[in-house]
Amino acid sequence: MESRARVIRRHIVKMTAAAGSGHPGGSLSAVELLTALYFRVLRHNPSDPHWLDRDRFILSKGHCVPVLYSVLAEAGYFDVKELQTFRKVGSLLQGHCHVMTPGVEQCAGSLGQGLSFGIGAALAGRLDGRDYTVYVMIGDGECDEGQVWEAAMAASHFRLDNLVAIVDRNRIQNDRHTSEAMEIEPIADKWASFGWTVKEIDGHDLAQVVDALEAAHQQDGERHAIIAHTTKGKGVSFMEDNPEFHGKAPNPEQLQKALQELS
Amino acid sequence: MVTQASTREAYGKTLLELGRENTNIVVIGGDLNKSTMTTFFAKEFPDRFFDCGAAEQNMMSISAGLASSGKIPFVSTFAVFGSGRPFDQIRISIAQARANVKIVVTHAGIITGSDGMSAHGIEDLALMCSLVGFTVVVPADARETAQVIRSVAEMDGPCYIRLSRPATPLICPEGYRFQPGKASVFRPGGDVSILATGIMVAKALEAAGTLAQEGIDARVVNVSTLKPIDQECIIRCAHETGAIVTAEEHLKHGGLGSIVSQVLVENCPVPVSTVAIEDVYSHSGEADELLQLRGLTPEKIQVAVREVVARKG
Ligand SMILES: Cc1ncc(C[n+]2csc(CCOP(=O)(O)OP(=O)(O)O)c2C)c(N)n1
Ligand SMILES: [Mg+2]
Repeated sequence: MESRARVIRRHIVKMTAAAGSGHPGGSLSAVELLTALYFRVLRHNPSDPHWLDRDRFILSKGHCVPVLYSVLAEAGYFDVKELQTFRKVGSLLQGHCHVMTPGVEQCAGSLGQGLSFGIGAALAGRLDGRDYTVYVMIGDGECDEGQVWEAAMAASHFRLDNLVAIVDRNRIQNDRHTSEAMEIEPIADKWASFGWTVKEIDGHDLAQVVDALEAAHQQDGERHAIIAHTTKGKGVSFMEDNPEFHGKAPNPEQLQKALQELS
Repeated sequence: MVTQASTREAYGKTLLELGRENTNIVVIGGDLNKSTMTTFFAKEFPDRFFDCGAAEQNMMSISAGLASSGKIPFVSTFAVFGSGRPFDQIRISIAQARANVKIVVTHAGIITGSDGMSAHGIEDLALMCSLVGFTVVVPADARETAQVIRSVAEMDGPCYIRLSRPATPLICPEGYRFQPGKASVFRPGGDVSILATGIMVAKALEAAGTLAQEGIDARVVNVSTLKPIDQECIIRCAHETGAIVTAEEHLKHGGLGSIVSQVLVENCPVPVSTVAIEDVYSHSGEADELLQLRGLTPEKIQVAVREVVARKG
């Protein structure tokens, strides 16, 4: 899985560079989380994206879609070559999540909606007696959105245990660090007080990531929130912990440097 | 005296029937379920009813999630809380995904009355008609409401249905069949066409009766589907009667008057006059007082008719 993670990081920098835009920072921070999900934890079938019993993964922070496209392509939902068409006219791969892409569950691009969407999918599973689990990834800056907390409250109210929230705690949002833009600490206490069982992990340690995701998947009557401590831009030295690469693609020179570091 | 009936009650009862017929129908509400009358459904099908509390943004995205896994969600609240408040959620989670969500709002317009301007949903049609792929319907009475609810339950795609708080006159002819996207002639006439929607259809019929005594033969058309608009019917009315009046309980900009005017300008320009709410919010008051104050009356429709007929030349 580690080598898989490296391949995915390479895809992310290449596809954003080819597009000349996009969001590498928050994509790179989530690589281990999505790699573990798609190659270890999720029950899914790339040749049948609408399979009714599939586990659902919902990328609420829809700007980080380069990491999702990269794992979907590696998993076989579409050809890896498609990644180079990201954000271009006629592409299957839109700038933010859209249901037109095989394997993408929902439309996103406006922060804060994914956990609510996940509640709907989880309620439908319960009504139909299907045992799938719904995973929703939320950004730490995204936690500024009130709707996240409407959803956190509702998930407890509806006693869902087939819904897992993953917060990518990379400590940076659009302009700057979360501590400067909007302090979200104590974030673990917030989730706990909304009725969630919270686990904090190192989001780049694959063993910890797999353990946490698998534990959350038990459907044991609790709602699990995983706070994954990560580094924005992880794997590319000049992007790491650098707000500048939240929403900026590497230029050709930076791309070369990034690929060297990721070789 | 015309019989009055409640559109929201017709909704609640039809929803209950649909719930018995189709287990995929689920209902979502936002702490206004007694008022929207989804409680009939909730009582019989508690497992398929989800009260989200006063959290409309959450409620809209949850509905999209339910639809994504094969459910047919009917989501209900007041017009102001089911359009403007969660507009972004409707736009992204529902419209852009073409999610099969049915938003049915009650308490639309100024006839909501004494709660005042915050509760008067008068911008909702402009907002909802701006959304790509939405079907937007304003039933003319309780009889049509029941048909519209059944019809949208069978349709695949997002819908917005607009209902009222008070009971309103039952005016749809016996044997009337609602067809989505089709306007319907409720009274024949050759001198002018009054295209009305919602509660204004009844006022238009009343106006046409008075105008007949003056020798003006006014056609009355119920335009219940605002989106997609029945272009063909509008153009035919313009050709056949040479003048158009629109009537709606909504702001003048962005509602029926705007939509019809655009169709006419592009296809068959004839004199048009739009009866609607001017660029103003209304204060608290009784429904009828507010309708008088804002000129949403048969008398104002008559004035508009005389004016366009004079302009026909
Ligand atoms: C409702 C909304 N407001 C603002 C934005 C613009 N925006 C895009 S990404 C972003 C910051 C997100 O930060 P975070 O959730 O921490 O994402 P990550 O660090 O994982 O990239 C903002 C404000 C948006 N997409 N949606
Ligand atoms: Mg962040």
